[in-house]
Amino acid sequence: MEKLAPLVVGAPFLVAAVFAISLPLSRRRDDLIAIATASTGVIFVAALLIDVLGRDIPVVTWVGGWQPRDGVALGVSMAFDPLSTSLALLAAVLVCAAFLVAWRYFEIPGPIFHALVLVFGGAMAGFCLSGDLFNLFVFFELMSVAAYALTAYRSEGSGPLQGALTFAVSNTVGAVFILFGIALLYARTGALNLAQIGDYLAHRPADGLVVGAFAFLAIGFMVKAAVVPFHFWLADAYAVAPTPACVIFSGVMSDLGIYAIARVYWTMFDGPLHPHLGELRIVFLGLGSLTAVWGALMCLGQHHVKRLLAFVTISQIGVALIGVGLFTTEGVAAAALLILADGLLRAGLFVVIGAVIHRVGSVNELRLQRLGRALPRPLRVIFLAGALGLAAPPFLGAFAGKLVLEHAAIDVGQGWVIAVFAVATILSAAAVLRAGGRIFLGRGAPSADDPSALNEPDLDSAEAEIEGAPGYTPPVMIVTAGVLVAAGLVVGLVPGLVDGALDAAARFTDRNAYAAAVLHGATESLPDAPSVELGALAVVLSVVSVTAAVAVAAAVLSPRRTGTAIPRTVREPAVRAYWMLRRLHSGQSGDYVAWLSVGAAAFGVLLAVATR
Amino acid sequence: MSFAPYAVAIWIFLVGLYGVVTSRHLMHLVICLSVVQSSTYLLLLGIGYRTDGAASIFVDIPPNTKAVDPVVKALTLTDVVVGAAVTALLLALTVQAKKRFGTLDPDELDPLRD
Repeated sequence: MEKLAPLVVGAPFLVAAVFAISLPLSRRRDDLIAIATASTGVIFVAALLIDVLGRDIPVVTWVGGWQPRDGVALGVSMAFDPLSTSLALLAAVLVCAAFLVAWRYFEIPGPIFHALVLVFGGAMAGFCLSGDLFNLFVFFELMSVAAYALTAYRSEGSGPLQGALTFAVSNTVGAVFILFGIALLYARTGALNLAQIGDYLAHRPADGLVVGAFAFLAIGFMVKAAVVPFHFWLADAYAVAPTPACVIFSGVMSDLGIYAIARVYWTMFDGPLHPHLGELRIVFLGLGSLTAVWGALMCLGQHHVKRLLAFVTISQIGVALIGVGLFTTEGVAAAALLILADGLLRAGLFVVIGAVIHRVGSVNELRLQRLGRALPRPLRVIFLAGALGLAAPPFLGAFAGKLVLEHAAIDVGQGWVIAVFAVATILSAAAVLRAGGRIFLGRGAPSADDPSALNEPDLDSAEAEIEGAPGYTPPVMIVTAGVLVAAGLVVGLVPGLVDGALDAAARFTDRNAYAAAVLHGATESLPDAPSVELGALAVVLSVVSVTAAVAVAAAVLSPRRTGTAIPRTVREPAVRAYWMLRRLHSGQSGDYVAWLSVGAAAFGVLLAVATR
Repeated sequence: MSFAPYAVAIWIFLVGLYGVVTSRHLMHLVICLSVVQSSTYLLLLGIGYRTDGAASIFVDIPPNTKAVDPVVKALTLTDVVVGAAVTALLLALTVQAKKRFGTLDPDELDPLRD
């Protein structure tokens, strides 16, 4: 099993290479080969996960058999621990879902789409499982390049071109930051293996170079994760990418940035930065909170449904960053649970929107009002259930993650973040519920005097992704959407999930055990996993979130125009402030890189102050 | 080993970044991005440099000769390849923009703004 493990990454590349050089024979045959490859990948990663769960230490394989000697690693390692393997499994599942959605969704000239998605999937698996810093960078770039190309896949419209450009420019600058960080670490330690660098840094104080390297790596990964103010590219790219690609982008790609921050911190920087954890926590919780609230606010006024879901992604990334930014075992477990449940829900919601585009050819919520009723009834139920799930109702969806996150925050005396992520959850879920209520239930007809009504951006005809409007919705899309949303909802009910996540996080955050396993193949005594009791607070908060989200959505959609009940003196400045924020998303990659530079400088200064 | 390569790398990075931020032309944008990326080559090679070190090809020199670090060369080569892929893709997008919309001004590719 271990010997075959690198195939998780290699096999998709091989099939993709065959696709890339083969002539377009038959679309259906290409689809079948791609789906077969992707589902084999799911089964294989699941088998690896079961294998890993049964062991005490991470399974480590050395590509090409270059084993370390006396704690010095020259080869390239892959490390399968429960958390990284679970994330690779989520990525594999979503790649499979993307192929299923694409199957009857749009006409594809040739197998290039399949090749790109397979390369993307293999690179994501490699990114999750890599134990080597430079390989982390290579897989980061590989998945980025595949993602840029997928974003521009329908390059007939100007939207995809512009989205892919801002995406590529921002993320390339982010990648340069990562490489700077790698270069600094290599200059200091002469190593590229995560465990070996961690061993070297462990007993030395954090000087400027180490802090600088951490700052560079974190900035690069935060660009990928779309943390405010590095997030501007995301909404432009996700709004125009073909829906099957969006399923992967929103479901797992953004989360990989958050995962990478946790990975590099816990394998390399926990030693030198541990004494400054209190200050570091404030910086990351601040960034996470800003991202969660910013994303949620941008959701509220957004009527382009794919853009709306893009901002939901940003908001939820902020909440996941709050989990990782606590820098505790419980925080990592919370982030993992959130990423799993919310990722599946977002992916499912994107599939439903894909079905709407397939049938009606529009993504403008106001233009779509009532039109969703033409779609099969199950899609309505799936979308509304998924939207409710975003609010994390008791025991469903991300409830387990929020429960652990509340415990983790209170444990380190940062209870205030609970209020932040509760507000972010309510607002973003309310915005999706509003869109669902309008499209599928026919509520909230736009009034004639509403200035924002119909001049909102929409797909231009070249971007409509499909030719003509077919009179049916492919059943495979309904099933995929249903399975993803149902899985996202019930995943919180799986018995032992919370304990499993805490156990996995305990292993993930134990630097010594990881280093011993990688460099010496040795077992350290297993860390004690913390346990989390179900508290009344979590249930109350969850009920309040769901009720508030439904109430806000209902108020917005009400024919009595509840909005006018808010005094003019409050409403007008609020609307002005909203539009000011919204205009910052200018669509210019130059502006986005300017924000990125300002954010990077500010983050560097904050880290320097925090570790003084 | 002097500080000069690092200073030049930082300079190239900042100049490229300034170009990306102020660019009003897609070709210019793509080239500035390449400039930003090339700062990493200099940084990596600067880190691996050893004064009076030989090239790290041990075919015709004894194995214990002092040589520059071969690892950073491998990293730089990989980085060059990655950079070429990104540049090629961005140039393809630029060609598409010119073909379909007859413009290289990023302002005119703007469907989602209000």
